[in-house]
Amino acid sequence: MTTAIAQDTITLTINGKTVTAASGKTILQVCRDSGIYVPTLCYDERLEAYGGCRLCLVEVKGQGRPLSSCTTPIREGMEVTTDSDRITRLRKTVLELLLSNHPNDCMLCEKAGACTLQELVYMYGVRYDNYYGEMWNLPKKDDNPFISYDPNKCVLCGRCVNICQNVVMKGTIDMTGRGFYSKPDTAFGKPLTPDICVFCGQCVSACPVGALTEKQARGKGRVGSVERVRTTCTYCGTGCNFYLNVNKGKIVKVTSDYAAPVNKGNLCVKGRFGYDFIQHPDRITKPLIRREGVTDTSPEVLKDPMAVFREAEWDEALDLVASKFMELKNKYGPDSVGGFSSSRCTNEENYLFAKWVRVALNTNNVDNCARV
Amino acid sequence: MTEKLDSIIADYRHNEGNLVSILQQLQDEFNYIPQEAVAYISHSLEIPISRFYGVATFYAQFHLKPRGKNIFTLCCGTACHVKGSEKLIERLQRETALTSTDSTTKDGLITIEKVACVGACSIAPVAIVNKKVHGKANINQLLRMVKAMREDESE
Amino acid sequence: MSRQISISVCMGTGGLAAGAREVMEMFSVELASAGVETTLHAQKHCDLHRVGCRGFCARDVLVDVSIDGTKTTYEQVTLDRVARIVNEHVVGGQPVEEFAAGVDYHNFEDKQLKVVLSECGLIDPEDIEAYIKVGGYEAAKKVLATLSPQDTIDTIKLSGLRGRGGAGFPTGLKWEFGSKEQASQKYLICNADEGDPGAFMDRSVVEGNPHVVIEGMIIAAYAIGTTKGYVYIRAEYPLAVQRLELALKHARQKGFLGDNIFGRGVKFDIKVKLGAGAFVCGEETALIASIEGNRGMPRSKPPFPAQKGLFGKPTIINNVETLANVTYIIRRGAEWFASLGTEKSKGTKVFALTGKIKNSGLIEVPMGIPLRKVIYGIGGGIEKDRRFKAVQTGGPSGGCIPESLLDTHLDYESLASVGSIMGSGGMVVLDEGDCMVNIAKYFLEFTQAESCGKCTPCRVGTKRLLEILTRITEGKGKANDLVTLEALARDVIDSSLCGLGQTAPNPILSTLKYFRDEYDAHIIDKRCPAGVCKALLTYTIKEDACTGCTMCARVCPVKAITGEKKKTHYIDHGLCIKCNSCYDVCKFNAVDKR
Repeated sequence: MTTAIAQDTITLTINGKTVTAASGKTILQVCRDSGIYVPTLCYDERLEAYGGCRLCLVEVKGQGRPLSSCTTPIREGMEVTTDSDRITRLRKTVLELLLSNHPNDCMLCEKAGACTLQELVYMYGVRYDNYYGEMWNLPKKDDNPFISYDPNKCVLCGRCVNICQNVVMKGTIDMTGRGFYSKPDTAFGKPLTPDICVFCGQCVSACPVGALTEKQARGKGRVGSVERVRTTCTYCGTGCNFYLNVNKGKIVKVTSDYAAPVNKGNLCVKGRFGYDFIQHPDRITKPLIRREGVTDTSPEVLKDPMAVFREAEWDEALDLVASKFMELKNKYGPDSVGGFSSSRCTNEENYLFAKWVRVALNTNNVDNCARV
Repeated sequence: MTEKLDSIIADYRHNEGNLVSILQQLQDEFNYIPQEAVAYISHSLEIPISRFYGVATFYAQFHLKPRGKNIFTLCCGTACHVKGSEKLIERLQRETALTSTDSTTKDGLITIEKVACVGACSIAPVAIVNKKVHGKANINQLLRMVKAMREDESE
Repeated sequence: MSRQISISVCMGTGGLAAGAREVMEMFSVELASAGVETTLHAQKHCDLHRVGCRGFCARDVLVDVSIDGTKTTYEQVTLDRVARIVNEHVVGGQPVEEFAAGVDYHNFEDKQLKVVLSECGLIDPEDIEAYIKVGGYEAAKKVLATLSPQDTIDTIKLSGLRGRGGAGFPTGLKWEFGSKEQASQKYLICNADEGDPGAFMDRSVVEGNPHVVIEGMIIAAYAIGTTKGYVYIRAEYPLAVQRLELALKHARQKGFLGDNIFGRGVKFDIKVKLGAGAFVCGEETALIASIEGNRGMPRSKPPFPAQKGLFGKPTIINNVETLANVTYIIRRGAEWFASLGTEKSKGTKVFALTGKIKNSGLIEVPMGIPLRKVIYGIGGGIEKDRRFKAVQTGGPSGGCIPESLLDTHLDYESLASVGSIMGSGGMVVLDEGDCMVNIAKYFLEFTQAESCGKCTPCRVGTKRLLEILTRITEGKGKANDLVTLEALARDVIDSSLCGLGQTAPNPILSTLKYFRDEYDAHIIDKRCPAGVCKALLTYTIKEDACTGCTMCARVCPVKAITGEKKKTHYIDHGLCIKCNSCYDVCKFNAVDKR
């Protein structure tokens, strides 16, 4: 049953099943779109395919050699097999080789439970001791407040380097050295300092294993013991989404939401690491109302804020604000007041705010700092 | 030094250069790749310094540490290997107390390096001493050179 | 009437290492003092000139003296021989027989069929006029004047030329892919990154006749439709680089390169890019990354460089020897080329014949010639008349061919059928003194060190393969090591990203196939039959043979040998580092290693 096919679609078979997909896609993308599982370590939707890990190998009829599905564009009539004895054997060998230069200390690893290597090793049932020989014994790099790097766990997928060079465009790290001794690193192995790194943690988000981890989260709970809460970043108007990882009511870290429509898993330093204010003891959690009769608010006096302010309940505070606005509106007319909202608010919050200014205050004097 | 670096930068801009050629020019100039020079060029061209380092550590030709006054480059091609280049290297290293990771003597007099193949296989084993090719090299000849270099230095 | 006298001195890398420059100067001095006027060109009395590598570097310095067309070749010319050659031969007209090249030279030279090398060693590589005089640049002129790009491609297709870089892809077909691509810019790259250890064909061609490569590039560029070419050449070849740069300069001055080639409105120029010491950059996509100034890491194909190559544009990459062949195919006709060689492998192939061979050097033979003819004919057999063990072809991607298969023909398919490859043409002869496990280990050491590190099987796989081999050579091999070795070797071949990893285990598989007994000897008997693997050797001095000459004691670097003059010497096994110095120096075969 051949039907007319639009020029930009391609029909191929994957594991005997006919699939139609847009031309220009790779075998892996089509597999993912069609719900066919193909293992990967070095693939990251945010990046150009790397083709290094060799786990996504598939067989294509007519090709003697298995092809990496992440880099191979689909062609009309292609017959793809994603699983066969040969493919399984090659994937197992790749995993065994990776394990032969890996600490295999999952029990202590921050990434346990969220580690792609661990998951694949489990899935393919390989052991760590089939091959043995020299293993890396490199010092951990832990020279900054945010990012912890244990090169011994690195699987050389290149994602951290790729995202730093081509998405963040910072170029803090690159692949260094060659062959068995190549690894991601800074120039001349220097520590991560603000002059070379913006600490966006994009590298951490790209790392499929426990080589790059969030330093602040160390020992505070792994994937099994945390609850993930999807939320929107409050720092700017972009509206990036991410997951807050919460363990027993405490936020322990932020992880990427690759499905986020705005940021696709990318974050900056504020979104990724700037969450400590949320549960900071100094954070103001109750409304403060200025004490009656206090007029001097000089820095000297504000050294003791409670001498100027008193804590209040929300109802009291909101009543006070509402009454003051009404007072001004009644006295000087609606256009004497206005509202200016923060880009740290979400779209929904901004919408509500504008609605409130227009309906409750009866003025169009409303703006947002990110309006430019 | 900055004058030379500026001319390398100008050449890069003028001739659609690339990182490999910049590093080659640096090494021609300094005999190794000085960190400060890379930093200067990286800053001027606004190319991350990590990219220079990545390239420099990828290619065998680049040296990040200063090399000795006299450089022995022993060819390790197949023909040289079967004609005993390994023995030459071991003996030279023994003589100079060097290893494959520590390739320059403390006094900076001698560096011993290996090269994959210089393509002079029919006169194997080949040793290049201070850029001069010596075919059918033998250990006595090389040891004599080391001795002469030491004598020159002590004079 | 004055006689036509010409003296050519071989000044390739081998010649220069043997002192060719000094020999040339000495000729100049001696000719002057004998009253013979020398000029660069042959119009006057004597034409003294340099020539490029002529292949027989083992006997350098080679000098040709030709009087009125009668040529005598002198080998191993040293400074003290120059005066006699000048006085007796150039002036007196009598060749100096005792210095003339002997039977080995003629065996070596006369059994070859030179196409690519036909002008190497005859003309001065630094003189464009010398190349023009032998018909140089006529082929390119003819193509630009009389053939369409498609005609040119058809001619190359008809010739049957296949890529000489190793894989043997049909050149005409490759060009056709390139010519069909529509793009604002395309590129042509000449791959002169001859990284195989034990190979030096490309170096010799570029050193000996750079213009033939440039001419081939002009033809290729015209066929593909590109204005920009690159030569990617190893920095380890300083002389080749220097001569190539000079040749490009001369070609530009003549209008053979530039905006209006041969006045026909065709634009093409060539830039030289130096490699920086990475074998993997011989791989097309890694080579492209390197020209772009990046780490030379390959990427997966497809897309192929012909579609998406240098700077993302369609790029055709040909090897030096391929491009040199192109020039001769146009010059002498596709039919002539197709008449050489075999059904599937046309033309000739240049090989670097080295190792334990009597006549070591660069040779060119028709495709399909039996290996035996090369080794025992041209090569003159094994050095010191020892026993042949194997010949390694194709470098680190190739394999070892044993004596039983010496009648294998030298063509792409036959070599592949015995588990080796043509490769770029390295041919290293091994004798009974070479340990095949050690050879496999040598190649893995090489490929392991040259692996770029991008893909897992090559990065970690070659490392583990090497470690297994190392353990075997150290006598720590286990019974099932060979099973692991073979299985891992096959998986690395199947799953690696680029040609390096996909072929790196070949030396293991071919030695396992043909020399399994040597592996077994190392693993089971803890013995190295060839006496190479140090850890398995013990050096002793045979009492009955030792004359007490003290030589061994004097060369021992660790003073492990003691003994009085004229009395048997002894080796202290605790001190001995097994450096083999005593074995090498003993004139009485009194040192025993086993």
